Amino acid sequence: MKFTLSWLKQHLETTASMDEIVYALTDLGLEVERVEDRSVKLADFIIGKIISATKHPDADRLKVCQVDTDEGNRQIICGAPNAREGITVVVAKPGVYVPGIDTTIGVGKIRGIESFGMMASEREVELSEEHDGIIELPSGEVGDRFIDWLVENDSSKVDPIIEIAITPNRPDALGVRGIARDLAARGIGKLKHASTPSLEGGFPCPVSVSIDEDTLEYCPVFFGRLIRGVKNGPSPKWLQDRLRSIGLRPISFLVDVTNYFTYDNNRPLHVFDADKLAGNNLRVSRAKGGETLVGLDEKEYKFAQNMTLISDVNGVESIGGIMGGLRSSCTEETVNVFVEAAYFDPIRTAYTGRALKINSDARYRFERGIDPSFTPIGLDLACEMIMEHAGGEVSSRVQAGTIPSSTRAYRLNAARVQSLVGMEIPESEQRQTLTALGFRLDGDMAYVPSWRPDIMGEADLVEEVARVASLTKLVGKPLPRVISGVPKPVMTPMQRRQQLARRRAASLGYNECVTYSFIDQGAAVLFGGGIDTTKLENPISSDMSHMRPALLPGLLQAAARNQARGFMDLAMFEVGPAFHGSEPGEEHLLVSGLLVGRTGPKDVHGASRLVDIFDVKSDAEDILAAIGAPAKTQVFRGASEYWHPGRHGMICLGPKKVLAVYGELHPRILEEMGVQGPVMAFTLWLEKVPSPRQTGPNRGAFTVSDLQAVERDFAFVVDAEVEALTLVSAANSADKTLIEDVRVFDEFLGESLGEGKKSLAITVRLQPRAATLKDTDIEAVAQKVIEKVNKATGGVLRG
Amino acid sequence: MDDLKEKYLPRIADALDEAALEDIRLAAVGKKGEVALKMRELGQMDPTERQIKGPILNALKNEILSAIAAKKAGLADTALDARLRSEWLDVTLPTRTRRRGTIHPLSQVTEEVTAIFAEMGFSVAEGPRIETDWYNFDALNIPSHHPARAEMDTFYLNRAASDDRPPHVLRTHTSPVQIRSMESTGAPTRIICPGGVYRADYDQTHTPMFHQVEGLAIDKDISMANLKWVLEEFVKSYFEVDDVDLRFRASHFPFTEPSAEVDIRCSWENGNLKVGEGDDWLEILGSGMVHPKVLQAGGINPEEWQGFAFGMGIDRIAMLKYGIPDLRAFFDSDLRWLRHYGFEALDVPTLHSGLSR
Repeated sequence: MKFTLSWLKQHLETTASMDEIVYALTDLGLEVERVEDRSVKLADFIIGKIISATKHPDADRLKVCQVDTDEGNRQIICGAPNAREGITVVVAKPGVYVPGIDTTIGVGKIRGIESFGMMASEREVELSEEHDGIIELPSGEVGDRFIDWLVENDSSKVDPIIEIAITPNRPDALGVRGIARDLAARGIGKLKHASTPSLEGGFPCPVSVSIDEDTLEYCPVFFGRLIRGVKNGPSPKWLQDRLRSIGLRPISFLVDVTNYFTYDNNRPLHVFDADKLAGNNLRVSRAKGGETLVGLDEKEYKFAQNMTLISDVNGVESIGGIMGGLRSSCTEETVNVFVEAAYFDPIRTAYTGRALKINSDARYRFERGIDPSFTPIGLDLACEMIMEHAGGEVSSRVQAGTIPSSTRAYRLNAARVQSLVGMEIPESEQRQTLTALGFRLDGDMAYVPSWRPDIMGEADLVEEVARVASLTKLVGKPLPRVISGVPKPVMTPMQRRQQLARRRAASLGYNECVTYSFIDQGAAVLFGGGIDTTKLENPISSDMSHMRPALLPGLLQAAARNQARGFMDLAMFEVGPAFHGSEPGEEHLLVSGLLVGRTGPKDVHGASRLVDIFDVKSDAEDILAAIGAPAKTQVFRGASEYWHPGRHGMICLGPKKVLAVYGELHPRILEEMGVQGPVMAFTLWLEKVPSPRQTGPNRGAFTVSDLQAVERDFAFVVDAEVEALTLVSAANSADKTLIEDVRVFDEFLGESLGEGKKSLAITVRLQPRAATLKDTDIEAVAQKVIEKVNKATGGVLRG
Repeated sequence: MDDLKEKYLPRIADALDEAALEDIRLAAVGKKGEVALKMRELGQMDPTERQIKGPILNALKNEILSAIAAKKAGLADTALDARLRSEWLDVTLPTRTRRRGTIHPLSQVTEEVTAIFAEMGFSVAEGPRIETDWYNFDALNIPSHHPARAEMDTFYLNRAASDDRPPHVLRTHTSPVQIRSMESTGAPTRIICPGGVYRADYDQTHTPMFHQVEGLAIDKDISMANLKWVLEEFVKSYFEVDDVDLRFRASHFPFTEPSAEVDIRCSWENGNLKVGEGDDWLEILGSGMVHPKVLQAGGINPEEWQGFAFGMGIDRIAMLKYGIPDLRAFFDSDLRWLRHYGFEALDVPTLHSGLSR
């Protein structure tokens, strides 16, 4: 919402400075977004008079002028063709900043002659684009400030413009009068009396109006008057200036009047060229669906059922509360005008406007709620203004429907301001504030003014009082603790788990990323998503059309971007939600990481190597350990198709409960996503890890044996596809109390073993509990290990 | 005797290695060495002579043995010195590289915020990112025709033609968590709800996903003055300054009444923010007293309970505190950015050790 200072002063009697007004507006909740005040830039320019102008001895186009100023006679060199003796000019003395040329004037020599200032053109002081000569003022005293002369003689040029943001609850502030009322309540001046129209119709209105019974809820009241014999044309200068200053283009007087009332009083109006209306009735009705109208914006609109339309015999002429039609609009030639003032329902207007995608000043106001009681008054004021400038004769007022009642009252509980806001404001001041805002107080009941649809309860009264008193006066008051003493932990176990997983992954050398929750359909499909349920209805681009089914596609895209920047060795991870459906809660928490390239740049120690699956396996195991996952897990194959079929494993608790997957990603996926592989990756399902049993912080007794542990190595020849874990489990089962650990320390594939065979070497650590082991004991366990391994894998001891 | 001494001591001194020393030892004080032979002669001497010669011979033996021991140690030192001289390394060579991981600023700042509010008794609540329009709008006093709905640039989920429920939305703010939390815990309550939110907007200063933290405190007598204190304490603690000047400005949010925008006094120096001084005001959050209709929607009786709510952008306060210029870069995963703005894995922000290093 934009307005100028002089416009505001039309409604508000005030001596407050711009700074005071701007501060008060923002503080009242009418946040000032921008102020354009020319007077600040022009403050230092003064009026002078050229006493003499002679040709510069060394330059044909320059003149040496003697200029009378507030500091006496000054010599100024000037190149303007109109610089001559006797004219009144605008002078910038040395030290003055000239905005139009972005220069601060200094004392200088021009072609050998000293110059003590400058005489300005309109462009140089940014009043217009005029630069053919310096400004010649028709009046003005030497030494006066130019800005004061402008205020006196051409005020619209220096009228400060204020732009404020209006929150949806304040339709009344979409008119300058509403803004003035707020300021007056704050004590910034006095609200001027509103003019009351006294219009007598000279003849019956030839156009009647009607509202269909079923449309009264959408348009409860509709007023109109016809003015015949008007002379349309350009608006008077003051009106044009006013509209221009707030960024509106003057069109013709009749149209400008409607715009003026829209901004002055938050009262949208519509003017029909009465000669273009067919029949003698305007009917307000619900659209049946399928009707069309070419609007004032020259676009054709097609209506859906229940939109509010205004029609004549020809059909639709206007969209109620939103936009008029082109066919019956006023032009320069209009002589008979029908002026409409109606009240349209906010909700209906919002739905219709949204469906038709029309953003008009009228829609903006009707959907927020205008003052219904002002409807006939606004109509009459507009008609008066039309006749004052364009002449004509006005008809009587026609009316359909009745003004909807907005009468309601709430109890003013003066103590509520103290208990809800925490500010102490005397009751008398509270009542004074409400009265100034237009409330009528009857005992302790406050009757809401018809222009405040947002006031719907006691809390709103408190808000008004506190807002006008200024929330800056609020003094903070400690919020006591709920329980005294040391605060309790506040994170849930799952939040703690996320934090641990995140910090563990970072400590393993991964950089944490946060990527968008939506990705393109192609990538989503590759990772098991991309279905219609997880599609966004209105994505901002096709790159972000589907909720991500996993974190890996986002990380892969990030990897591709980094590779494109020349970074080939990557370790990245993300902790966050992925989506398996579109109902609330159909999301699950993942940790995914990926490794690409080498473990580091090539180095003098030869330690750099390509990353491999055992890097991500170890990282996944570390993170699982960090969040307290059980140490005993199984590894299965058969995860999603985006993994390399032979190079991935699922870390599981039983065949169905997958805690994590690690492995190499499928080369085809990488190709489709434009990533240079191979890529090693892992994903952990944070919520699948079982919560540790509640045992408290106690770690259990520390029991160690003083007896010497014994280690024995075995090498088995097995079929190449036998998995190490099977062999280790078999060896472990040989003696559950004695065997403390089984570790694979070598894998060997060689022709000497025979086709399709390999050798796996393990170390078995035996920890005696009761007595030192004798050779026979060790031999017995060793024999058991060999049997168990043979039974489980068919492996035999390597000869 | 002196001849023996003069014979062996120089030899010991000149010995080149341990083997030569051993030979000398055998020749001098070994069982058949010259000194031993002389000692054997003692038995044939008369007691008087023996009493004189005995100690002299013993002294000679000791002198030779200690000379050998000293020489031995000297030789070992020399050998060690020589070995160490050959073991010189260029210690300026670089190490084996080890990757250094980082924590994203959003995670770090979320933990900072959590630490501060935990101290004031707020626990952390969470909710789904896909929401029903009831939780995201209606329950927060934003009915379907409300202009605020259109202004929020909401993302809608696809709805199957056979499903006539209103479409679900990606939550446009963390406020629906307020409602869910009120429903599950009732009053009194103190929570913060950090998390990702979504709006269909993308330009210099907007991304379609960003992060908010919502605060909610409900009790019998909580007022806006308490809200101001909580926010003052938060801003001081978060920006790690001793004093802060907060300005409450009347505003409007459908879910609070009265509502206030909150500005902090600050100054800007070369693009760096200084909180608590200067003449600029920076808007950092929106807040207010929870609207009675919102309490009702959460199943709390507004006649009995009241409280405040506030919401601020985590991305935004991260940018302000750490001088991060561009919001879009948060989600671009540029390795250089992650390394520059990221945090150490073990740098967990706490109030006792300080939030930032």
